[in-house]
Amino acid sequence: MSPLWSFPGGIHPPMHKEESTRSPIVKLPLPERLILPLHQHIGAPSTPDVNLGDQVLKGQRIAHADGYVSVALHAPTSGTITDIGEYPIPHPSGLSDLCIILSPDGQEKWISRETKDDYLFMDASHLRNRVRDAGIVGLGGAGFPAFIKLNPGPRNVIETLIINGIECEPYISCDDMLMRERTANIVSGVKIIAHAVQARQSIIAIEDNKPEAYQAMLEATANEPDLSVVQCPTIYPQGSEKQLIYVVTGKEVPSDGLPLNVGVVVHNVGTAAAIYSAIAKAEPLISRIVTVTGDAIRKPQNLEVLIGTPIRSLLDFCDAQTQIDQLIMGGPMMGFTIHTPLASVLKTTNCILATTYNSLPEKNMEMPCIRCGACADACPIKLLPQQLYWYARAKDFEKIQDYNLFDCIECGCCAYVCPSNIPLVHYYRYAKTEIWSKEREQQKADIARQRHDFRAERLAKEKAEKAARHKRKRNELKEKSDPSKKETLIKNGAKSKKKAAILEAMERVQAKKEAHKTEPKNTVNLTEEQQRKIDQINKKRETRKNNED
Amino acid sequence: MLSAILTLAILAGIFGLLLGFAAIKFKVEGDPLVDNIDKLLPQTQCGQCGFPGCRPYATAIASDEADINLCPPGGDTTIIALADLLGREAKALDSEKNAAPPEPMIALIDENSCIGCTLCIQACPVDAIIGAAKQMHSVFDKECTGCELCLPPCPVDCISMVAIEQNITTWKWPDPAKRITESVS
Amino acid sequence: MLTPKHSSPYKYASNSVTSVMMWVVLALLPVIGVQTYIFGWGVVVNVLFTVAVALGVEGLMLAMRKRPIFPFLSDGSVVITAILLGLALPPLAPWWLMVVGISFAVIFAKHLYGGLGYNPFNPAMVAYAMLLVSFPLEMTMWFPPHELNNNPLNLIETITVIFTGQLPGQLSLDSLSMATPLDSLKTELGLDKSISQITTGNPLFGWFGGAGWEWVSFAALAGGCGLIYKKIISWHIPIAVIGSITLLSGVFYLIDAEQYASPLFHIFSGATLLGAFFIATDPVTASTTPVGRLIYGAGIGLLTYVIRTWGGYPDAIAFAVLLMNISAPTIDYYTRPRIFGYGDKK
Ligand code: SF4
Ligand code: SF4
Repeated sequence: MSPLWSFPGGIHPPMHKEESTRSPIVKLPLPERLILPLHQHIGAPSTPDVNLGDQVLKGQRIAHADGYVSVALHAPTSGTITDIGEYPIPHPSGLSDLCIILSPDGQEKWISRETKDDYLFMDASHLRNRVRDAGIVGLGGAGFPAFIKLNPGPRNVIETLIINGIECEPYISCDDMLMRERTANIVSGVKIIAHAVQARQSIIAIEDNKPEAYQAMLEATANEPDLSVVQCPTIYPQGSEKQLIYVVTGKEVPSDGLPLNVGVVVHNVGTAAAIYSAIAKAEPLISRIVTVTGDAIRKPQNLEVLIGTPIRSLLDFCDAQTQIDQLIMGGPMMGFTIHTPLASVLKTTNCILATTYNSLPEKNMEMPCIRCGACADACPIKLLPQQLYWYARAKDFEKIQDYNLFDCIECGCCAYVCPSNIPLVHYYRYAKTEIWSKEREQQKADIARQRHDFRAERLAKEKAEKAARHKRKRNELKEKSDPSKKETLIKNGAKSKKKAAILEAMERVQAKKEAHKTEPKNTVNLTEEQQRKIDQINKKRETRKNNED
Repeated sequence: MLSAILTLAILAGIFGLLLGFAAIKFKVEGDPLVDNIDKLLPQTQCGQCGFPGCRPYATAIASDEADINLCPPGGDTTIIALADLLGREAKALDSEKNAAPPEPMIALIDENSCIGCTLCIQACPVDAIIGAAKQMHSVFDKECTGCELCLPPCPVDCISMVAIEQNITTWKWPDPAKRITESVS
Repeated sequence: MLTPKHSSPYKYASNSVTSVMMWVVLALLPVIGVQTYIFGWGVVVNVLFTVAVALGVEGLMLAMRKRPIFPFLSDGSVVITAILLGLALPPLAPWWLMVVGISFAVIFAKHLYGGLGYNPFNPAMVAYAMLLVSFPLEMTMWFPPHELNNNPLNLIETITVIFTGQLPGQLSLDSLSMATPLDSLKTELGLDKSISQITTGNPLFGWFGGAGWEWVSFAALAGGCGLIYKKIISWHIPIAVIGSITLLSGVFYLIDAEQYASPLFHIFSGATLLGAFFIATDPVTASTTPVGRLIYGAGIGLLTYVIRTWGGYPDAIAFAVLLMNISAPTIDYYTRPRIFGYGDKK
């Protein structure tokens, strides 16, 4: 095995993983209802395929991918669709989003499936499509559609497939337990991925604080020549994709590039197992392993949970105390506060952390930065967090990008070591969302400027047309009142006289029509979207009218 | 001593000449100033500055006919940006309105009361209202700049301004610095 | 809209500004001890008095600026400023000199710039430089190390001298005081003497540095190494300071050993090591990038040597530190580390 490298910075927080690894994975009983947000992944939200009151079977697709970077959503069990609407979702904002609500019927009746075991002979594109149709996203936390990372493109040669079993965040142990208990699934999944991306070698990377998982994987891969397992010294944030690639291969993924650029693809162990189920057993992604832990949980453990299960059910099952000071989705370093336990488990939920202030105390008062540089020493990206902080505070959003704000992976190492208790990452998140919103505003302003110019032009044109028309009419009137002309007309006899009268009348009508033409110009040349909107509104009005009748 | 003064004087002379030459040589054609000012204005096209739109106001600023503190939707942010660009002193907003840039709003037409008179359509500076005569109108929310110009013409007062609703893609992390000052004071 | 009260990370290492500063104070204790042993009770009295005044003035300033007093007072930064100034003042400096110095440091050099974290200059050094320029006489009244001192004062006598100016018996301040090694070297070199003429038989000079100052320097070295070991300070600045002084003085020493003092002399007399480990490393005013710290430290070493050798002041740590303080932001800007994922660009 090649020697391991070490990335700059990093920290060694207390891990707290033992608590949740004492008992095997347990399947959580069926909850009363499932809340399935349509936007659980990176990319466009999926579009519902079902209507209110529909009966669905377990594994049936209930929403399809909208565009390339998007994935489908499946019914985690059989039951009835009872609502499609806004419900609270786990998100740092505490806002609601569009969800499909499913009431299980308790039958657990599967949709018909065809299992496959010749998957290693399948065509790569066929594999990718199956993975996409199974709605699989990266289960490590970010939620990037997994099938995209199965597609290296024709020009890239994949030297190394890295399977991420690092799990460097404290408290979380779902990958650890998965590697211990479902070793064979992971190995088969890795083989499928390796086949799909045509990887020369596959490396499963595990931190050395998970000896059981390492042993299990080692035994399971003993007869696989192209598949090796490495143990990496524990350090946070080793599980971050670019850091892990550096540790295993010594290659730095360019800041604006992808792992593909250095011939590497990384998948999480959980994703590998899910890919195996999707390909071999035709089971879409409808459940996952979630660690439920923290000092407010009396029975910390790992659960196999259907996607969409309300967090309340997990807490109840693990006998949570009533006093929970912080309810966090994810780990203590990169997770976020959940505003309500009514929100549900997502495809990306690896951990529910319920703590009291005894174990994760509230931060002490924020002091000024003393420029000690501890943060810069801890930063795995070698940024200068103290400068980023300075400019975020000063709201100098240009300078902060000069200091590479967007290379920050929000790992939290800087805030962890800061002696002044500055919530540094919060400042960076604030600056990032602020910059994005400024960009959106700028776009909107540009559009407004264009539309305003356009309108000004249109008005000018209309005015010019009107003026021209008036001029013409005036000229014509003048002509008609010209006595010599009238005379000739009369001379030309009754026939032509009549003709002239008709012409005149027609002209009058035309002029009248023109003058009354109040129809707004902006109903012509509508964009498709606008037309659709108008149609919608008209339809609404129709229905209302009918109702009133 | 004398030689030092002399050297300095000569140096200053040379640099002065160089700068003067550069100014002539690299003179920019056209008037990008108006463009640059226009870019900083919020493009609400509301006319609250007394000019019929953002660009006319930009032109007026560029030709020194208008002050830089007349734009309420832009508020302090815009004034400071303009002051920066033009090398002028930033000053307080010249309006009864609040100087903090207001929360972005959009117009909403009450579908039940709209009589389809098209007056608001004619008032909208960015053609963001759609509908035909005698038919209910509707605001195309993506394009509405929140300029409020459609409110006065409406004969039945059916248009109101509503705050733009946040969703998970437009949500912004709150400013952590605010939290501190609050907790301290 | 709900605002998240907390955002990740939720877990923090258990360090704080207070703990960082306390480690520095701890590392300064040996220096205080040794300097007291060698130069008499005046050192302790100085340090305690400046600390007390500093805490008072800091409290007052915080109250006036409407800042929370306890968290900022207990951060310990002002204690370090006071100790450093106390150590830098002559052991029998009159009380008003100390009050003026430390008040200047806290009010002008610290709070008028915005308090902890915002001061561009090291407050202790600003005050020291100000005192040296305004009160040159009082500031150069140093005393010989105890083995040369025929009339060591006891604690009571020391306190009396500092606060009333009354000396016991027939003694006068002038008769007690004696130039520092750096001082006398400078004056005598000015009289066209060679180094060997100056040092041989002169009890002011020890084995290789200034008598007594050698021990103070050793204490500073020990404390500084402790800080580096505890990762409170990084090794870059001290090594760069010492390195550049050694290199420069070495070169000139080799050129003419009779005109230029040896590197060892430069390092082990005066405040070189105290400055290298405790003053130059003040995080707020130093450079923060690794390469920047090396440049910053080297700059201090260079300026110190230049001012000592050719400038008007015998010891120059304070001026060197202040001069490099101004350059720190620029140094930082140009020495940003190569960011992960940027290859060899940037
Ligand atoms: S660790 Fe904190 S106090 Fe130290 S430089 Fe970074 S932000 Fe400033
Ligand atoms: S959160 Fe960003 S700045 Fe802080 S250590 Fe991680 S990558 Fe560096």
